Amino acid sequence: MLIKILLIMCTLGLLVVLLQKRAAARTRAWKRLILVALVGVAIVSVLNPELTTEVANLVGVGRGADLLLYVLTAVFLYVVVGFYLKFRDVERQVTVLARRLALDEARLRQQGTEIDPQVDPAP
Amino acid sequence: MTPRDDVCVVIPVFNEASVIADVVRTVRKRYPLVVCVDDGSSDDSAAAIAAAGAVLVRHPINLGQGAALRTGMDYALSLEQARYLVTFDADGQHDVEDVPQMLELLDSGEAQIVFGSRFLDRRTRVGGAKRIVLAAAIRYSRASTGLSLTDTHNGLRAFTREVAGALDLQINGMAHASELLSLVARHRFRYAEVPVHIRYTEYSRSKGQPLMNGVNIIFDLLFR
Repeated sequence: MLIKILLIMCTLGLLVVLLQKRAAARTRAWKRLILVALVGVAIVSVLNPELTTEVANLVGVGRGADLLLYVLTAVFLYVVVGFYLKFRDVERQVTVLARRLALDEARLRQQGTEIDPQVDPAP
Repeated sequence: MTPRDDVCVVIPVFNEASVIADVVRTVRKRYPLVVCVDDGSSDDSAAAIAAAGAVLVRHPINLGQGAALRTGMDYALSLEQARYLVTFDADGQHDVEDVPQMLELLDSGEAQIVFGSRFLDRRTRVGGAKRIVLAAAIRYSRASTGLSLTDTHNGLRAFTREVAGALDLQINGMAHASELLSLVARHRFRYAEVPVHIRYTEYSRSKGQPLMNGVNIIFDLLFR
């Protein structure tokens, strides 16, 4: 079936992109393992959809597709909140950085060391 | 009246090139030490500030008025001569003649921070919708901070070094006014209010916050 091939290709593509050597930080090792496991589960459930239905029945959900939707919703919300918190941190860091830069630059300017020729009109 | 050089006037500036030079010059007649924080303006505000003789502190990117105030206060605190800090709006809506009576209260030790209020006398006319939004903001601020003030969102304030050191504003946007009040309440600073005149000109009205911004402020405060 075409859909199975497409889905598996998508999943494998994700794996390739995410496992490329960027920061070879050791801290990411466990994240990579989880990712590989996730891709494995995804491929198995694409090849054998009845499996997700069996898992769904185990936890009291009728269909595998429904279970997927519930899990997806929960994960999505966590991701949104996670991004929001991360974004707020980054915003704070940028603020600290920009203010530090502004103050240092102003002090230099007061001492007569012009470092930004844009500000004062050219002689 | 001789100029006072123990007062540092902090003016947050964002795209005010057409008026900022006049505002700075008027203020400097009484208080020569003026620090303008250019909050990443895209116009010629920075050049106008430098030409008018104020200290220019320039944010490389736009961070918001709260951050600009905090930066200006930090700069002022680095100047030993600055006993008192005054925050002043860049659009020319404040009257520098209102500042001496605020400083008197600081000089006498009666207050550590003095707020300007446009509602203590009848000099300032505030229009319909703006009045309603401000009234809501005032009620909210009173309820959340316990401070009894008549005008909680006025950019004209005067305070001591000690207070400036404690006003560690974390909210970059416009909600900093409420945050500032809650810091004053938490530190139990002695505060006072004096009537000030706000000149609503065509210019200040066009620069003023759209009313919908009130909604943004509420969200900033709830989800900080």
